[in-house]
Amino acid sequence: MADASYPEDLLYHPEHDWAKIDGATATFGITWFAQDALGEVVFFDPPEVGSPVSKDEPYAEVESVKAVSDVISPMSGEIVEVNTALADGPEAINEDPYGEGWLVKVKLSDPSERDSLLDQATYTSQLS
Amino acid sequence: MPFAGWEMPVQYDGVGPEHVAVRTRAGVFDVSHMGQIETSGPQAEAFLQSILSNDVTKIAEHGAQYSVLCAEDGGVLDDLFTYRLGPERFLTVTNASNHEKDLAWFERHAAGFDVVVTDRIDELAMLAVQGPHARELVSTLAGSELPPRMRAVEMDGLGLVCGTGYTGEDGVEILLAADDAPVLWGRLLDGGATPVGLAARDTLRLEVNYHLYGNDLMESRGPIEAGLGWACKDDTGFVGSDAVRAARQPGPGQPSEQLVAFVMQSGIARQGNAVAGGGEVTSGTMSPSLGVGIGMAYVPIESAVPGSRIEIDVRGKIRTAEVKPKPLYRKDC
Repeated sequence: MADASYPEDLLYHPEHDWAKIDGATATFGITWFAQDALGEVVFFDPPEVGSPVSKDEPYAEVESVKAVSDVISPMSGEIVEVNTALADGPEAINEDPYGEGWLVKVKLSDPSERDSLLDQATYTSQLS
Repeated sequence: MPFAGWEMPVQYDGVGPEHVAVRTRAGVFDVSHMGQIETSGPQAEAFLQSILSNDVTKIAEHGAQYSVLCAEDGGVLDDLFTYRLGPERFLTVTNASNHEKDLAWFERHAAGFDVVVTDRIDELAMLAVQGPHARELVSTLAGSELPPRMRAVEMDGLGLVCGTGYTGEDGVEILLAADDAPVLWGRLLDGGATPVGLAARDTLRLEVNYHLYGNDLMESRGPIEAGLGWACKDDTGFVGSDAVRAARQPGPGQPSEQLVAFVMQSGIARQGNAVAGGGEVTSGTMSPSLGVGIGMAYVPIESAVPGSRIEIDVRGKIRTAEVKPKPLYRKDC
């Protein structure tokens, strides 16, 4: 498992999710803190491409040996892509939560929602 | 994690690595939460024969036997291993959460027999060493040969070494004085054993479909529907044997459900998930060896044949699983 890290170029949701915004789309995932709390991830149940997601609402489940956890959407929009590689290699969520372990890509319906997300310093200050 | 009054390690290094260590090398488990009841005296054998489901007279000296403790109505009170330490001396290993209940049951039914029932849970610790390298590791520490499978021998410097386990791997379980356990634990780790916690103990036992009391066994179900008819010798007349005999035959005593092993098409079912058409999942996990969701469930008799498909309600999502022959994991596959 990788060491704790929280990249500065991401925006964070207090429920331990991250968003990387690229124009009108964003990539979502869970933070290092979330994957560490879950333990070894053994299953990711992705949403359907085309399904809507709403800010602050669950859109998928991540399951570890220990527990099942809802994944909360940091922003609203429509799923345009899911990380299909996680079907065979869900451990990427532990090993590389901001890279290979990304979960979904979303076409944003309200890009201004970014203003309610936390920057790295604010998010990490809430962790301790 | 507190468990039945014990502080138990759920995991040390992570379930995956610990599981693999036991399947490929050797792991050591602290299972000191397991209870022990010693039964001794001229009528020890006759007494145990009257309450344990298996044929106790078949346990040779230094032998071991699996059995079920049944209530009068045939419900499962516990599943147990019994070792014959001497002609008139037996040690029975109980599940932590059932120990007090079992002890009271033993004491109650001992009335009328010339036996002494002794609770040994506090003085004995139990370490399980399991995996393809486990025997080699322990015999090197002991400096001598270990008892074969299903045999138990007192060994100098170790304790009671039993050729039993709960993982589907070869290995031993060692019962020893609680004060001596930390030293042996350290020697086993020095010898190369990986410490393994409760979480991997559960994935290992579930891959080979060993029952876990409280999940797959309970007082409201009998040994026949749990698939433990082989451990019940009805003719010995043990408490509950009439109900067990009735459960084997068509009629009002026959259970309508049967415990099966299953493999998920996708996802993971968990304990308590309902099976469509009746029944429920009693154990479920992601199998580290097979890479799929596996489990055990009570399902209607008509679905309880390998190859049948069952539908499981996993938190509102219907997922398909296939009933498979037990064990789900075999060493040679």
